[in-house]
Order: sequence, then C-alpha cells, then structure tokens
Amino acid sequence: MKEIYLDHAATTPIAAEVANEMITVYQEVFGNPSSVHSYGRKARKMLDEARRLAASSINANEKEIYFTSGGTEADNIALIGTALANRDKGNHIITTAQEHHAVLHTAEYLESIGFDVTYLSVSETGRISLDELEKALREDTILVSIMYVNNETGVIQPIEEIGSILKEHQAYFHTDAVQAYGLLEIDVNALQVDLLTTSAHKINGPKGVGFLYAHESVPVQNLSFGGEQERKRRAGTENVAAIVGFSKAIELVKLEREERNKQYQLYKELFVQQLREEDIEFTLNGEQENTISAIVNISFPGTNVEQVLTNLDLSGIAASSGSACTAGSVEPSHVLSAMFGENNPCTTNSIRFSFGSANTKENVIEAAKRIAKIIRRLTN
Amino acid sequence: MNDNKNIRVVVGMSGGVDSSVAALLLKEQGYDVVGIFMKNWDDTDEFGVCTATEDFDDVVRVCNQLDIPYYSVNFEKEYWDKVFTYFLDEYKAGRTPNPDVMCNKEIKFKAFLDHAISLGADYLATGHYAQVRREDGRVELIRGVDENKDQTYFLNQLSKDVLDKVMFPLGHLNKPEVREIALKNNLATATKKDSTGICFIGERNFKEFLSEYLPAQPGEMQTLAGEVKGRHDGLMYYTIGQRQGLGIGGAGDPWFVVGKNLKENVLYVEQSYANDKLYSDALTATDVNWINPEVVKEKFTCTAKFRYRQKDSKVTVTVLEDNKVRVDFDNPERAITPGQAVVFYDGEVCLGGATIDKVIKEEQHLEYVG
Repeated sequence: MKEIYLDHAATTPIAAEVANEMITVYQEVFGNPSSVHSYGRKARKMLDEARRLAASSINANEKEIYFTSGGTEADNIALIGTALANRDKGNHIITTAQEHHAVLHTAEYLESIGFDVTYLSVSETGRISLDELEKALREDTILVSIMYVNNETGVIQPIEEIGSILKEHQAYFHTDAVQAYGLLEIDVNALQVDLLTTSAHKINGPKGVGFLYAHESVPVQNLSFGGEQERKRRAGTENVAAIVGFSKAIELVKLEREERNKQYQLYKELFVQQLREEDIEFTLNGEQENTISAIVNISFPGTNVEQVLTNLDLSGIAASSGSACTAGSVEPSHVLSAMFGENNPCTTNSIRFSFGSANTKENVIEAAKRIAKIIRRLTN
Repeated sequence: MNDNKNIRVVVGMSGGVDSSVAALLLKEQGYDVVGIFMKNWDDTDEFGVCTATEDFDDVVRVCNQLDIPYYSVNFEKEYWDKVFTYFLDEYKAGRTPNPDVMCNKEIKFKAFLDHAISLGADYLATGHYAQVRREDGRVELIRGVDENKDQTYFLNQLSKDVLDKVMFPLGHLNKPEVREIALKNNLATATKKDSTGICFIGERNFKEFLSEYLPAQPGEMQTLAGEVKGRHDGLMYYTIGQRQGLGIGGAGDPWFVVGKNLKENVLYVEQSYANDKLYSDALTATDVNWINPEVVKEKFTCTAKFRYRQKDSKVTVTVLEDNKVRVDFDNPERAITPGQAVVFYDGEVCLGGATIDKVIKEEQHLEYVG
C-alpha cells in the first residue's frame, strides 16, 4: 500500500535544492567560520549571506538573527535568556496554556527558579482573549510569549494586536513562529515583536537548525558558554551546512509562499470534502477562518487517538496528535484540553493532519477514503 | 510460510527478553508482526522518569532490529479500575489477591485483545510460557514445556474463545533456550534481567507500596489459644504460611502466620512449619472458569495447584451452584490462602481455575484463615 504523508507540521521532506546546496558545502567548504584564514573566511561568507537572507525574510536586521539548533533551543534562549537578563525589571512572565512544550516546559522551569508565570487561557476557537492579556499584565511583567500558530490546531493568534497592546509596556514580546514561518508573511516591525523563533525543518529545510530573532534592544543572557559565536549568545562552532541549507529553504519559500498556501489550502479542502462525502462523524477543532492552510485538527467521536493513529499507520497514513509521552503512549492533548476542558472527549479523539510538499490532490483524497474506512470500522 | 504474511499477529511486548523472542520467532515464521507496548501503570517520579520509558525504549530497539512496526497503548485507567481496585479490595478483606491472574483476564486478554483486533489482528501473541492446542474443533490450554516457567496458572481465567485468538510462541521452549535465541540474534534485550514481583510494584518495597494506598492498622499477634506473641504492622502485610518478618524470637521452632481475625485486628501465629493449624483438607472457590465447560462433569478427579510454581496435588472437584466449586484434597494441604487461585489440570491440559474463598478442615470452615 502506498504511504501517504499527512504530518508536515511534524517535519517536512527536504527540498532537493536544499540538499544539493548542503552537499556542496559539505564537499567544498569545511572551514571554521571563526578561523582567520581563507578556509574560515569562505565559510564565514556563507554564514553572513545566510544570516542576511534570514533577516530579510522577517524584515529584521542581520545583527538580530541568532542561529540555533532549532526551534526548541531558540525558545529556550528567548525565555530563559530574556528572563534572566531582565530580572532587575521584574519577575513576571505571561504565556498561554496552549504553547508548544518548548515554551511551556521552559516556563515551568522558570517558575521553579522563582519566576511568576501566568498562563492565559484559550477559548474553544483556539484563540486567546486580548482582554485577559491586558488584565494579566503587571508592572513587573518582563516577558510575554505567545505562539503565532498552534502546532496542533493551526489556529493563528492575533500577534499584531498583542504587539500593539505591549507597545507601551516594558515587557518584551516573544512569539514562537515555527508553524507560521514560511506560510504567513512576517514583518517583525509591523507585528512589533521583540523575539521570534523559527525552525528550518518545517519549511523543507534540514533538521537541527533554526534561528532566534531578538531585537537589538533586548538584553538576552547566553545559556551556553564557550566561543564568541552568534554575538556571544550561542557558543559553539556554527553548523554551516545546515544554516546554508536553511537559507536555501528560506529563499524557496519566499518565492513560493503564495503558491504553497493556495496548494495546501486546496489539499485541506479536498481532504475535508472527501471526509464529508463519506458516512462518518467528525468535527473540526478550532476556528477555521483563523487557521493556516497546512493544518486541520479533526475530532472523531467514539474513537481514541492510539487506536486511530495505529490503524492509520498500518494502512500507510502518517498523521499525529498531541505530544507523545516518553513511553510512547499518547497523553491527552494539552492544547485541546486548554480549549475544551480536560475531560472533553476531543482531547483523546482528535487527529492532526498537516499538508505540504509530499501531497498531491490525488493522495489527500485517497487518504481521506482510507481514513473514513478505518473510522467506520472503529465506530460501528 | 508465504501464507503467514497475510496473518497479522499483534505481539504484546513488555521490553523483556521473553516477548522479544516471541516477536522474533513469529517474524521468522513469516507473520505480519506488529509490536505493541502496554502502559498500565504510571510510576513517573519527580524527574519525569518512569520505568515504562526504559521498557518502551527496549521495545523500540528490538522492533527496529526485527524491522516490525511498534506502537504503544495506554490502559492505565482500565488497569486501575479492573485490577488495582480489586487488588486493594482483596487486601482490605484480609485476603491475598493475585493481580497477575486478574491482569490477564481483564487487561492483556480482554482490553488489549480488543485493541489488537481493532488493528486488524488475526492473533494476539505474548511471551507467556504456555501452549494452545487446537484439535478437532477444541481449543485447549496446555502447560509450557519448561516446568519451572509454566504460566498456565496465571492464565486460568481465559475462555476458549479468547484462547482461540491467542498464540504463545515460547510454549515449546525452555527459558535457557529463549535466552540463547535472544543472544544468538543479538537482541537488545538478550541480557536484560527478568522482572520480578508484581508489575506495578516492581522492585519497590511491598509494605511501603501498600501503605501508600491502604491505612495500616497495627494490632496484636496471638496464638489461636489467645496468647499474645507480639504486634503486627497491619493484617494486609501478612499472608498465610508466612514466616519472615514476624519478629518473634526465642527458643524452639520458627513461627508462622496461620490466620487473621479482621474484626479484632488480630494476626494468628503458630509454631513450626508443619503445624497442624496450617493444614486443611478441602476448599471452596468462586468465580470458576472452565476453558472447555463441556468436558467438565459434576464431580471428577484431577490435579490442582494452589499457588504458582507448586507441584500438582491430587484432588476431587465438585461443581456447585453460583459458579462455585468444592475441592477435596487427597492429602492435607499446607497454607491454602483465600484470594489466591486454584487451578485444575488433567495431565498437561489446564482445565481452568477459580478463586480460593473458604478453607475447610474436617468439614469445618476454618474461620481463622478467612
């Protein structure tokens, strides 16, 4: 049976151009960018170009781009680094209950070392309330971290409005834009965000690389110690090939963003349309008009995630749900729990399907047919 | 061999050597093998580490070696409701439960079997040392070839219909052979230590574990004649025939638990291993399960086990109403314990079993045992 990949929010296939670019780097440019000789300079030049491209992709200055090992590390630096560097200004941090664990667990860590953290709720739409945010703001709030697009539901948060609210406040504004980057047009000045996280492997780039944007004015303490790479904020020899691959992926996405959005939206529509034509019960989680093209989160009443996902995989369909626990067992989704309440069946019967470059019109329709067959069998 | 590729077998994998080899053997026989790890208990510590994480990691490594897909399934709720609640209730009632029997009945061969079937499985396989014989339309549970490891005792509550969907790939092997197969194939779990004790307690101190769930009520230790011999830490910590941990010193033969008085919170103790008070000549048992009910007569002779790893004893079984049986022993039996399983055999065939309820001596119910 032909396998169908509907898990692009987890990771995406690497684009051929990206892979080729990386192979060239591996074969021809092995120098250390910090070295004071021609080998080093050659690598440094590539790094500079990549940084410039990354900066321009969000309308930032290249001195504000810090390459990291990926979204998780960027989130960690954004939260811990900013919190520690600004402790003299206050002790309060605001985030939301539906963040990725890279932010959520980091916030919990900050709580454990004495910071006070407020977790904003989300409504059934998947969005936070701006009122609640305004009420949560305190004089000693130093950081607000709200993700741009939720990785499970695809729901977009009102980042620009949040940026305006925070404009007059001392608190720095961080957004985890891992799922937004590449599909939404991002201008950090228009959005008024101070820190922003991205990851390469969600946009057909390589794994193990991402960047943190931090506005020049934001004091951020480094969390790793060693050399002076990344303006002393992230020690360690740069992963040049991956960074170059990332910049190639950024270049491609800049050219193709509109086209990709159109395509993924079409895949989503065809997929949902096919499910509707089949005789199965399902509902879409999250306010659909505020959801990105690539993600749809579907609740199948009367099923449970483990059973459905295992069945899907055994019939060649790759999808996923909330975060998996370490023993491989799927825990109820914290995102859907935040939206619908902990005991809502949605938290244990919803599957995320995410579309991208591994899809075609035909294979998303075929996938919907196979899924309907499984759901029918499990609910009868 | 080629026919087997269309037969899907879900293997319940624990991360131990037995279920690893079970999966390996099925894979070698050409079946469409799917490995599934069951998580029944959450013992996550303050650092977020749980033994299930390690065990699942072993399942992953073995499945990757065998090139079979692997998944996990969570039955924590079912386990709590059906096994752990029963476990606590039995202790509260002063009895000695057998959670492994209950786990097989309610979880592994019910909830898990249903899950396997929902995945399109034709069979569920486990690493138990037992065999299923399918002959002339009859399905029988047969002892494992390895006398030391035979686990039919724990499988006594399974029905014929369930057994018909089950495979025990290790039933014809001895444990050392299983280890050898694992070593020869370089399985990641080849040298892993066998787990001991009750699964959810693991290597922890039993007394400490139980005290987290049931309040301990210390009381007196007395002889059946009423002589106070010391104090006990709570009746639930003791089982009939137990010698260790009584703390009664002095001269003469060692002391043993012979019974409990729940109402008075008294633990009865008597001296010497062969003390007459530890012996009985019959029992009644509830929740009888006959694997092939049609072969069971109203009264018949067979052999029985009253504890795991005990030698068989000759008995006469009388079927009573309400799913009960009376079992008369050919020779007096020592330390029959309410709550444990009595399991019946006809030669190599396991006929079924029941839960020991009352212990009888000279036609009198031994009240002091429970």
